[in-house]
Amino acid sequence: MKVLVPVKRVIDYNVKARVKPDQSGVDLANVKMSMNPFCEIAVEEAVRLKEKGVATEVVIVSIGPAQAQETIRTALAMGGDRGILIQSDTDVEPLAVAKLLAAVAKEEGADVVVMGKQAIDGDNNAVGQMLSTLLDWPQATFASKVEIAGGKAVVTREVDGGLQVLEVDLPAVITADLRLNEPRYASLPNIMKAKKKEIATKTTADYGVDVVPRLKVLKVTEPAKRSAGIKVENAAELVTKLKTEAGVL
Amino acid sequence: MAVLVVADNDNAQLRDTTHKTVTAALAISGDVDVLVLGQGADAVAAAAGKIDGVRKVILAEGADVGHGIAEAICDTIVGLAGGYDAVLVPATSAGKNFAPRVAARLDASPISDVIEVVSADTFVRPIYAGNALETVQTADKTKVLTVRPTAFKAAGEGGSAPVEKTAAASAAKSRFQSEEMVKSDRPELTAAKIVVSGGRAMGSAEEFQKVIEPLADKLGAAVGASRAAVDAGYAPNDYQVGQTGKVVAPALYIAIGISGAIQHLAGMKDSKVIVAINKDADAPIFQVADYGLVADYKAAVPELMAALG
Repeated sequence: MKVLVPVKRVIDYNVKARVKPDQSGVDLANVKMSMNPFCEIAVEEAVRLKEKGVATEVVIVSIGPAQAQETIRTALAMGGDRGILIQSDTDVEPLAVAKLLAAVAKEEGADVVVMGKQAIDGDNNAVGQMLSTLLDWPQATFASKVEIAGGKAVVTREVDGGLQVLEVDLPAVITADLRLNEPRYASLPNIMKAKKKEIATKTTADYGVDVVPRLKVLKVTEPAKRSAGIKVENAAELVTKLKTEAGVL
Repeated sequence: MAVLVVADNDNAQLRDTTHKTVTAALAISGDVDVLVLGQGADAVAAAAGKIDGVRKVILAEGADVGHGIAEAICDTIVGLAGGYDAVLVPATSAGKNFAPRVAARLDASPISDVIEVVSADTFVRPIYAGNALETVQTADKTKVLTVRPTAFKAAGEGGSAPVEKTAAASAAKSRFQSEEMVKSDRPELTAAKIVVSGGRAMGSAEEFQKVIEPLADKLGAAVGASRAAVDAGYAPNDYQVGQTGKVVAPALYIAIGISGAIQHLAGMKDSKVIVAINKDADAPIFQVADYGLVADYKAAVPELMAALG
């Protein structure tokens, strides 16, 4: 069984994004970049499927600038077998990303796509669902537990107010939520081994997908800042203030 | 141009996230219909008909849509979408599950988590965990938007829109197996007027229950948690407030033992009044708190309970 894991290079989740003064976007120059945390969880899950003997090959794919190759290497160091970089120096919208991934999934003959539920830059939470639609595969999003056997996946999903268990036929698209697993750190020997693993470089044109943005970004601004209020001395003063000043109790 | 709002419901009750999404829809068009997807959801459809400004309610019933199966919901919406210029969905876990599918089927670029309607084709949405706001314009024939409910006021009730029935689609490759809903007498996190949240400082699940829950119950509040507390296993995942969890905007948010990581602030900074209790005077949470109490929660929370009477 072949697992395809798309990964995205994004601003490190510990770094605060700064808006450019000309309101054209977020400043990514000289900012620490890492693999999107939800993608790490997806890679971990795919590698565990391979370790359990369920999967035979884990293929990592990323769409982004040349540096996204580092993100793919990280995934290969975690246990991915080989990588595909679809190089693009401009932002690719979720719809076009889904179309590119659909082309890759077909070309590779993937049996399952395991990917993060959202990237922490655009915060769209859309690509997995769109990919599943375009491929006409079932989807199981926001997964906190995945069991694959007999051509089916039984997925426990994080839903509003609790958990839902869904059974989907393979091939399928599964998107990872936070609690699916705790991603491993790559060991030094595995990092060295990953350097020798194959990464194929492609362009968006290779897949015949139109990546011209549909949405026009008019501006990117900073949200209104919330200013710090006052410090209270003790709990009694806090309750008084909440009752009389804020009027919320 | 008409707009279709997809109702948020559990087959029995209509959630007020729907009313809030109707408000966003009315900013786009005066012709707003509400689609109720469910099974045995007549009461939900009737409730949707009462929302002010709604032209008509479409009730599509079926077992799969009643279980929230995305493929069935998507096919049902796509079947109706031809009559609309925009489809608006509350940005809940359920809504996010199917809205992008609908967009892909309509070859539209979905716009997630809309917090402001600038005009019929221009919307504001948060990116980077709310550290930046993006204003985007779309030329898609049918726009597909998810709407962040906390950013809009709920539409009132007083209408009496007619209810039309139609059959819902089913899903061929996905099957519902079971669900396990958290049963609680507390208000729902995203709808609560007061939220009491605990952080990693609690140190254990027992301590979290002992400290946070009684205070929440005293205030009639919902319970929240930081990602650090959830990751450490002190609180269940659906308590999580933040970029990767739930976004809340209650009248009063009380953060206890929460340092205020960027990702947590993204989920609660639109609360009306924020209270922070933390023993570290330099904790970032104090930069957004209206009232800060620098104290060990172990002493402060019992005092707070006493002061509340």
